[in-house]
Amino acid sequence: MSFLNIKNATKAYGDVEVLHKIDIAVEEGEFLVLVGPSGCGKSTLLNMIAGLEEISSGEISIKGKTMNGVHPSKRNIAMVFQSYALYPNMTVAKNITFGLEMHNVPKSECASALADVAKLLQIEPLLDRRPGQLSGGQRQRVAMGRALVRNPDVFLFDEPLSNLDAKLRVDMRTEIKRLHEKLKTTMVYVTHDQIEAMTLSTRIAVMFQGYVQQLGTPKQIYDTPSNLYVATFMGSPSMNLLPVDVVDGTDGSQFELKVGEQSTKTVELKGQRLPAGRYTLGLRPEHITDPESADLESCEYLTIESVVEVVEPAGADTFVTTKLQGISVNTRMRGDIEVVTGEVTEFSIDLRRLHFFDPKTELRVELEKVGG
Amino acid sequence: MANNAGQDDFQTKLQNWLPKIVLSPSIAAMVVFVYGFIAFTVYISFSDSKMLPSYDWIGLANYTKLWKLSHWWVSITNLAVFATLYIGICTVLGLSLAILLDQKIRGEGMLRPIYLYPMALSFIVTGTAWKWILDPGIGLENTMHQWGWESFHFDWIKDRNMAIYTVVIAAVWQTSGFVMAMFLAGLRGVDNEILKAAQIDGASNWRLYRRIVIPMLRPAFLSAFVILAHLSVKSYDLIIALTGGGPGRATEVPATFMYSYTFTRNSMGIGAASAVIMLMTIAAIITPYLYAELKEKK
Amino acid sequence: MSNVTQDTAVRTSTFTRIFIYGLLILFAAYYLMPLFVMIVNSLKPLSEITSGNMMALPEVWTLEPWRQAWSKAQIGIEPTGLKPYFVNSLLIVIPAVFISTIIGAINGYVLTKWRFRGDTLIFGALLFSCFIPFQIVLIPMAIVLGKLGIAGSIPGLVLVHVVYGIGFTTLYYRNYYAVFPTELVRAAQIDGAGFFRIFWRIMLPISGPITVVSVIWQFTNVWNDFLFGASFAGQEQPMTVALNNLVQSSTGVKEYNVHFAGAILAALPTLLVYIVAGRYFVRGLMAGSVKG
Repeated sequence: MSFLNIKNATKAYGDVEVLHKIDIAVEEGEFLVLVGPSGCGKSTLLNMIAGLEEISSGEISIKGKTMNGVHPSKRNIAMVFQSYALYPNMTVAKNITFGLEMHNVPKSECASALADVAKLLQIEPLLDRRPGQLSGGQRQRVAMGRALVRNPDVFLFDEPLSNLDAKLRVDMRTEIKRLHEKLKTTMVYVTHDQIEAMTLSTRIAVMFQGYVQQLGTPKQIYDTPSNLYVATFMGSPSMNLLPVDVVDGTDGSQFELKVGEQSTKTVELKGQRLPAGRYTLGLRPEHITDPESADLESCEYLTIESVVEVVEPAGADTFVTTKLQGISVNTRMRGDIEVVTGEVTEFSIDLRRLHFFDPKTELRVELEKVGG
Repeated sequence: MANNAGQDDFQTKLQNWLPKIVLSPSIAAMVVFVYGFIAFTVYISFSDSKMLPSYDWIGLANYTKLWKLSHWWVSITNLAVFATLYIGICTVLGLSLAILLDQKIRGEGMLRPIYLYPMALSFIVTGTAWKWILDPGIGLENTMHQWGWESFHFDWIKDRNMAIYTVVIAAVWQTSGFVMAMFLAGLRGVDNEILKAAQIDGASNWRLYRRIVIPMLRPAFLSAFVILAHLSVKSYDLIIALTGGGPGRATEVPATFMYSYTFTRNSMGIGAASAVIMLMTIAAIITPYLYAELKEKK
Repeated sequence: MSNVTQDTAVRTSTFTRIFIYGLLILFAAYYLMPLFVMIVNSLKPLSEITSGNMMALPEVWTLEPWRQAWSKAQIGIEPTGLKPYFVNSLLIVIPAVFISTIIGAINGYVLTKWRFRGDTLIFGALLFSCFIPFQIVLIPMAIVLGKLGIAGSIPGLVLVHVVYGIGFTTLYYRNYYAVFPTELVRAAQIDGAGFFRIFWRIMLPISGPITVVSVIWQFTNVWNDFLFGASFAGQEQPMTVALNNLVQSSTGVKEYNVHFAGAILAALPTLLVYIVAGRYFVRGLMAGSVKG
């Protein structure tokens, strides 16, 4: 039995089902991120784990004990909220120890727990202030402190960084990761930000419309997205999608790729095949790059010449837009490249990183080895 | 920490029910004292109650009788005149004062409470004061005469045809400051960037207010209308204190009509019928407003 | 208010500004005039009023009308002055305001932080009750107060004012609490605080501003009430009813100066509350808490 087990969990408001039979097993010490757009049900699921929302059917258990119907305060969990939810009328110290006080922990123990947490989060000078006197980043730390002091079985985070500015968000992200590596406590983290999901998690559950679309390690999710939704949701800029007609070739399958307005190029999937038919081809921007950035040695690149539509320098990288199959596609080149809008330049496509999806079911289709 | 996993324990169940338990006395009070009482009064309006409530059903007889009473017609005509002028003048005055006060006025902090304080007074006090000011013998007319304006003539409060307008004067004095505050709040909520954009577009101040600001105050207009309309239907105290419904019946309104028919003229059935009509008038104004408000807040 | 909301970006010329100030001051005079008349004439002997000008300052200053109004004037049949009625009003207002505010706070807390199916409907029904013309409840209320044995008594009037006050107090607290994130309550739940503990420890300590609004509103409404007082008070009349009796009494000479002193006495508590705490009320008003 897993540490935190979500089995067939369903949530319905009246006749409207918003979460459909969710199954996730989280092992002790894992960092699970629930990621998806707003309204996908990720926060509802987190609230169900916390006990803040009832579970309509199914079961959620922690350490083998069912949590259905157990009051939030008795689940030995702690939660950090998006708005931090600090009690405005209490000092930072009181905010942190309020939960201990509610559980009748002796004063001396409260004090030492508070001291430990304050030291860990470096908020000692703030303890006598009120939340209104703190900056966003400081409030965030206090909110974490309030969760940490409980020494819970599971930490729950509900978009804790979304109210911070961009730089602080990156700093706090690192801090949360460091904290997890130090404490090794099980954490469940909700976010709509796919970068947070990738960087923090040991496993990600991508959610959409009340379903878990894919559950796996960040690498699995990124490298082998199981459907079109996951493929486009994860990664920024998002994956380019092109309709292609795959036919049987001499050595594996092949398809025609229209480059620019006139020319076409045949792409051969050497040694690999797909049943002939129409597919949606997925190509991440970083897998269409300039020949110098590409590792051409491996000779699994296809280099084409195409007209540059838009150039967006972003410092470390340059994003270049061009036209393939009549569709504008995003490509990613090195930062110091010199390309000019309207001129022809070379693009190298990494043929090992092609993703094929069934246009009807939107599911991933795996290539088969020829004769394998 | 205790980790009493298991089925719904008693405490958790209690916690789930507490909010509803705590709310229930209010709901009970509301059901009995508001909706129950309304139902009762509606029933009385269909009964032959005279001095005491009676439960003998006589159908619409009270209503037909009511609509044949000239006294009732005087009351509703007066209400129509009063409400139209009261709502109209309060809105115009309130909006004008709010716009003027919103021009970065030095001393706004002094002026605002001066405009608002009448709201703190009871209608009885307002009525007492204005009754006297409007009295031709000792009030404004007398003062003007003493100041040398001999031809000044102002005796509306004693004039059957004009007395209802004196009620408007006193009522406007009492409430227009409150309406001003509502509009001021609305004006302060208008996004300054819109004003700046319009000024860059070359709009004059007059056009700026007429075409951009005032249309954006729609919610304040609506709130002001609803509050003023329901106040005017309910107005009772002011008329009692200012004119007592007179001279003659010249300033009777449904509220005073209801009271005198129910408690002094021993025609409780007719009094109840008039109360039901008052309620229906207010409900027709309030219900759509509340519906829209609550729907949008949900 | 500039700290809460913004100043307008509209710009005006100097000439227009002089005109605006002129108008604003003129209106200030209009609003102040009746109060001025009342105060000035309550300090004059009666002879000066009947012969003189209502705008003129007293030639002989006297507090006698105030003394008369407070403790000697004939109200109804007894020459008691307004004092006992003033006390009646206090005895009605204080418990009525206290109880209706507490109930409103708890209702607002439940309706925003412990939402359940149908809560909007309940709130709507409660809100509607704020606007009903009270004429519709006069008849059954008279009967029920009689049955409860509290007709013509102060507890009876307290009950009436509480029942018809909770709609407004609930509205205030609901709109105020709605702004605070529900996450506050969730965090406290996880911390182990129960329904009442969250209310006392977290919600009430932040309710200062809206409590001022609710108390002022209820105080003004209950103190200024005339209809319920006139209908249900019996011998325990509130100030407004007594003042009306004083002013409308048809016997003897009309002692206008005493009437004015009485009117100011009747207005004094609400005016005081307004002067002391009115700023906060306006702030609450402007923050949109009186939407409705």
